[in-house]
Amino acid sequence: MSNSIESAINEVDIPMPMERSSRRFALGDLAFRWTALFFAFLVLLLLAGIIFMLVQGAMPAFKAFGLDFLTNETWNPVKDEYGAWAPMMGTLIAALIAMIIGLPLSFGIAIFITEMAPQWLKRPVGTAIELLAAVPSIIYGMWGLFFFAPFFAKNIQPVLVATLGNVPLIGALFQMPLVGGASGVSVLTAGIILALMIVPFMASVMRDVFDIVPSVLKESAYGIGATTWEVVWNVVLPYTKAGVVGGVMLGLGRALGETMAVTFVIGNATVLATSLLEPGNTIAAKLANEFNEADGLQMDSLVAMGLILFVITFIVLILSKLMLMRLAATQEGRKT
Amino acid sequence: MELYTRRRLINRINMTASVLTTLVGLFFLAWILTVLVMKGVSVINWDLFTQMTPPPGGQGGIANALIGSLMLTLAAVVIGTPIGILAGTYLAEYGKRGAFPEIVRTINDVLLSAPSIIIGVFVYELIVIRQGHYSGWAGAVALAIIVIPVVLRTTENMLKLVPTPMREAAAALGAPQWMVIMQVVYKAALAGMVTGVILATARITGETAPLLFTALNNQFWTLNMNEPIANLPVVIFQFAMSPYDDWRELAWAAALLITVLVLGMNILARSLLRGHK
Amino acid sequence: MTMFRMTLIAGAVLAAGAVQAAEVTTINGAGATFPYPIYAKWAEAYNKETGVKLNYQSIGSGGGVKQIIAKTVDFGASDDALSPEKLAEHGMTQFPAVMGAVVPVVNLAGIEANQLKMDQEVLADIYLGKITKWNDPKIAALNPGVALPDKLISVVRRSDGSGTTAVFTNYLAKISPEWKEKVGEGKAVNWPVGMGGKGNEGVASYVKQIDGAIGYVESAYAKQNKLATVQMKNKAGNYVSVSSKSTAAAAASADWKGATDFYLWLTDAPGADAWPIANQTNILVYKEPNDCARTEAVLKFFDWSWKHGAKMAEELEYVPLPKELVEQVEASWKANIKCEGVAAIIK
Repeated sequence: MSNSIESAINEVDIPMPMERSSRRFALGDLAFRWTALFFAFLVLLLLAGIIFMLVQGAMPAFKAFGLDFLTNETWNPVKDEYGAWAPMMGTLIAALIAMIIGLPLSFGIAIFITEMAPQWLKRPVGTAIELLAAVPSIIYGMWGLFFFAPFFAKNIQPVLVATLGNVPLIGALFQMPLVGGASGVSVLTAGIILALMIVPFMASVMRDVFDIVPSVLKESAYGIGATTWEVVWNVVLPYTKAGVVGGVMLGLGRALGETMAVTFVIGNATVLATSLLEPGNTIAAKLANEFNEADGLQMDSLVAMGLILFVITFIVLILSKLMLMRLAATQEGRKT
Repeated sequence: MELYTRRRLINRINMTASVLTTLVGLFFLAWILTVLVMKGVSVINWDLFTQMTPPPGGQGGIANALIGSLMLTLAAVVIGTPIGILAGTYLAEYGKRGAFPEIVRTINDVLLSAPSIIIGVFVYELIVIRQGHYSGWAGAVALAIIVIPVVLRTTENMLKLVPTPMREAAAALGAPQWMVIMQVVYKAALAGMVTGVILATARITGETAPLLFTALNNQFWTLNMNEPIANLPVVIFQFAMSPYDDWRELAWAAALLITVLVLGMNILARSLLRGHK
Repeated sequence: MTMFRMTLIAGAVLAAGAVQAAEVTTINGAGATFPYPIYAKWAEAYNKETGVKLNYQSIGSGGGVKQIIAKTVDFGASDDALSPEKLAEHGMTQFPAVMGAVVPVVNLAGIEANQLKMDQEVLADIYLGKITKWNDPKIAALNPGVALPDKLISVVRRSDGSGTTAVFTNYLAKISPEWKEKVGEGKAVNWPVGMGGKGNEGVASYVKQIDGAIGYVESAYAKQNKLATVQMKNKAGNYVSVSSKSTAAAAASADWKGATDFYLWLTDAPGADAWPIANQTNILVYKEPNDCARTEAVLKFFDWSWKHGAKMAEELEYVPLPKELVEQVEASWKANIKCEGVAAIIK
């Protein structure tokens, strides 16, 4: 794009009297461009700094345990033996649950606001959903612990155990918890609360990008008799998919790294139970729980888990980028 | 005709689902807010805004935490927003293709999901240890690091959505690129960019973890950003986890306040935006 | 400059017989969460009295130790005492500030506070996962006449590293060889069973919500959350309930005089009425501080608090230091801390 603008400028035949000001403009252009570049570079530096610190802090743990650190389920501060397996998997599972619940929720809300709601309702509903993002993370934690978890244990958990618990294959995920009992404190509860926390981020990004779709496009589709759903699915979504994926990434990122809310409701048991209704742990929650009090190898291992969280995020990112590229490629193919 | 019925049925089902999802979202919002209001509103009085955080059993408010949070948030947004916007501009306007922009983009996404506690520890090593003491500035920098990727990402996305013909039209009039960006592109994308800043502000307003190792907290009134400074999230965290009823009440009130504040900012920004248009 | 200031201060001491650390108006401390409420209370009263602001932040015992070593605060606070070797390594000294108790709490329908009795073996076996049901014969034998349900025991413990856990596991390691060998002691351990709550508050709310749960919390949390505390058999063989009296008895029976740098545990104390899971929380300062005026201000604060703050402590479920212990602590200041003004503080 920048090329097209530059060439556009070059092609314009600038009259002589304009020459001085155009040189000044060019200087301004250069200055602006370099400032922007500098700040982009700063972002790079920032991450380099964080990664440097993480790697430096994590080295002793990897030296002590090698790659076993990744697959070891034990976490024993007394014997100074640590492994990241359980929190690592817990992080992925909780984030997956959050996405499974949060994605359709956000999508539905964004469609409702942009395509269905009458004009007078759009703003209040949009603001209300954004308000979910205004609630501090710790409040989600407290609400989750004192209100949602007991509600979940009493009303949702028995239903899940009685229905999904009997379905082959996935039934094992919904067995009555032995450790957590009727507390409602579990990986699934954490996933649900995470979903609620990321919905406003994903929904508001989706809404904003849906709003930007030129009405000409939508109206011409409606004009040939398309239903609202067809317009959303065939016109709005393809037009905005990059923005949508961006919003989803934002949500997934938060789900992976969310700390305070999770640590209240996940039960903080550093084991990997089959049932989603049992307590578990995530890397972020583990950090929040033990960072203040840890030193020596335990501290190094915690930092190493922080590094792992970074790497997980990175892998997820690369995957989503690849997905986006394939999406773009098939789109191109369809067009021709 | 049958095809038409099926299409309409699919439409009906999906639209109903869409309404339902909205209702689910609103239901949970209402639930959380009800809890917040019921627990918090009875504690909201004049003292809350004028008194310092008390010891257990004492009368007090959260005036010091309120002003501290305000200063921290403001400083973080002032530091983080220009960096985020300019870096985002670089990606959207200058660096559409190429390895460097792609790396920055990826790295920004990584930063976006960096657990805030890690950022707290990073700033702790970077500033607190070197300065030899906790400070409001360290807290502001930690929050700014959270602001940057959010603003960067939304800025880039929003700038990209500005149609190319707008730029070309401006360029055709002889405007250099930086003026095209400042005068045309920014204006067209303002709503989205402001949304980004608001989202970033909302995110840092409730952040506890990065402040725990940087700004710390202060039982007393201070405006000095060079010493430990009180702030709402850490006060909420400490008071909510305490066994004393009066502290817990203050925590709920503070939580309600934060929520209302962020909501207020939201509404204000949006109405300003509409006024501008 | 510092020399000059010190001379000035020393001069003032000679002239007026009182230390005037005039420029120190704010002292910063950080560490253990357990004493946070009482330090905040003392700080407010002290500020009203003297204008000096003591800003204490609860970031955890481990954090407190880290911060004082990094010299980012004027004093550190830790629930588990540092060994004399570790103190010497960093040139620090330590003293107790206030005492408290950790207590097992249960949630069983119909069972009230201090109704259930446990001995060392039962408590250890529950946390080892060897006793899994409430109507286990071992529990029933200690509680004749109490209707114990045929219910699984939900074991609750702390998820975060914590001084409370250090005290609790120190006690279990003392009374149970099996615990000592299999699990050990520390601020965080590899728990054989159970689920983790964040903070005392997290544990308290789990216990409240789960019928059949047992957990351990600081006594203030048990009282404020109206949780059913358990009577424990102490070293002398008596069943005692947790109270400021039984905690004070534990402190009184401890051998403070024989402990270097006040490095001792109050757990499993020998006194007849002693609560077995008591602990003191400690303050860490440098023996040769960079800025004597600030350390002196810290000492002055605690001196004032012990003399004027005993009642405040009791109101918040803490146990103030006995008078003899205060004297011993202040004598240790004089012996250890190389600052001119210390002598004047203790007078």
